[in-house]
Amino acid sequence: MAEKVIYVMYDDEEVLKDGAKVLVSKGIKIAEVFSPFPIHGIDPIIGIKNTRLGIMAFLYGLTGLMLATVGMRYFMVTDWPMNIGGKPNFSYLENMLAFVPVTFEFTVLCAAHGMAITYLLANKTLPGMPAQNPDPRTTDDRFVMEIRLSDNQRLSENEIDALLKDTGFVEIDKKEIN
Amino acid sequence: MEFKITDSAQKTIRYVVLIGFVLLVVGILLNYKDAHFMTRLLTNGLINGFFFFALGLGALFFLALNYATESGWYASVKRVIEAVAGFLPYGMGLLGAVLLIITILDGAHIYIWMDNEVVKHDEIIQGKSAYLNVWFFWIRTIIYFITYFLFLRGFKKRSIEEDERGGTDLHFKNYRRGAHFLIFFAVFSSTSAWDWLMSIDVHWFSTLYGWYTFAGMWCSSMVVLVITTMYLKKLGYLPKVNESHIHDLGKWTFATSFLWSYLWFSQFMLIWYANIGEEVTYYAMRIENFKFLYFAMFIINFAFPMLILMSRDAKRNFGILTFVGLIILTGHWLDVFIMVSAGSLGANATIGLIEIGMALMVLGAFVFVILRNLTKAPLTPVNHPFLDESVHHDI
Repeated sequence: MAEKVIYVMYDDEEVLKDGAKVLVSKGIKIAEVFSPFPIHGIDPIIGIKNTRLGIMAFLYGLTGLMLATVGMRYFMVTDWPMNIGGKPNFSYLENMLAFVPVTFEFTVLCAAHGMAITYLLANKTLPGMPAQNPDPRTTDDRFVMEIRLSDNQRLSENEIDALLKDTGFVEIDKKEIN
Repeated sequence: MEFKITDSAQKTIRYVVLIGFVLLVVGILLNYKDAHFMTRLLTNGLINGFFFFALGLGALFFLALNYATESGWYASVKRVIEAVAGFLPYGMGLLGAVLLIITILDGAHIYIWMDNEVVKHDEIIQGKSAYLNVWFFWIRTIIYFITYFLFLRGFKKRSIEEDERGGTDLHFKNYRRGAHFLIFFAVFSSTSAWDWLMSIDVHWFSTLYGWYTFAGMWCSSMVVLVITTMYLKKLGYLPKVNESHIHDLGKWTFATSFLWSYLWFSQFMLIWYANIGEEVTYYAMRIENFKFLYFAMFIINFAFPMLILMSRDAKRNFGILTFVGLIILTGHWLDVFIMVSAGSLGANATIGLIEIGMALMVLGAFVFVILRNLTKAPLTPVNHPFLDESVHHDI
């Protein structure tokens, strides 16, 4: 079903922030804000929850830790015991210290790559994916606020327009999207 | 707002010092006939002298670091850092006095290289005597003390001056002085750790030792800073400090714990792997005599902050932060305890009444000095150029 969306463009992030505060206090739900850089303090205003990327990082790190342990236990103890510097090669535990650096590195590797890939997937910005932002100028020096009419059933389009008028935008654009 | 020491705080400090004093006296009365008594007493002096001196020094380093990097967020907790760094002269007094007594007693079996009788029969010490001799040791110690003191005095003076007249010239002067301090500190933090702590195990050496000591000092200082800030916040002071500042200080605690663990492990693993006779003695004797304490100390200082302080919410929770902070502060005290007394007393080292008593006494004095320093200056600077940034700090 086609849905009507209002794109409101600003040329200053502070103006957008102040505008957003006013709109939210009037009960308008802002679906998204597009900006060339992170706008400090916008998240709580438009009601974005804290990211859960940190939890995922922990889980990826844990995966790396376990993979490294299992792998090295198999390579260095079970499959082909290596004699390095005369250290006991029949037991993983007694030789644990030697495996810590690799375990650490692999944990970091998994956490970092997992986080990066999750981030790209969650934002739908994997290489080659179509751009999400409504206007290419939001990658330069403009800031766009997205308001979906379906999110704001209580207010009519005219009422929203009237509220937007005072927020100091530079351009307004209405689109039907699917 | 001017800070006033509350009656209950004063009472608590008095009790802590009193309990420490009683324990110390009882400990002395029970043990004064021991053959190692004097060494044990001075070892304790060195442990507490160094540990609490290092808390002040870590804060001074952190202050200089923030000046040199022109950080903004810390501006509203700057006076707390200055108050903790303000313990430095007292710490120097204590550490200096202990070092002086040890020198007068020809090393008191702590610095055996100070004892001419020992050096005469010891080729390894003779080889190091160009660096490790009483005169050069004291020249270095005095240079460290004077350098640290002058920098501290300068930072404090300019901080108060900035409140009165503002402007950016003082800020840029602090910026330059901060960078200068870091240059001195980069060398002195290593060499002073060699002089005061590593020379106890005089036959042994490790190039990582200085950084390892420094990381422990930095971590404990961050704990003191975050606990002091939370204490003041709880009493209703520091209106400009918000959760984000606490979160950042918590992050520093978390990060420096990792730095310490990393350096501890690096030193340990390389020596364990190479397995060279003259290097492994250091760990062999510590593991033989203090196996539980040594590894418990490592687990406490590594696993506790890692597991508990990892989440964002924990770093914003006063209770959790205080709990973990106190535990790792104890852990780092244990670290210094093992560093010093395993070298000086060897298998005879124990944690008894003397150890606990003296630590409590110095702790009480330390807290009192910090609280008194806090009363001396307004708790929030007014003209710091980054104050506005700090007030709006939000992470």
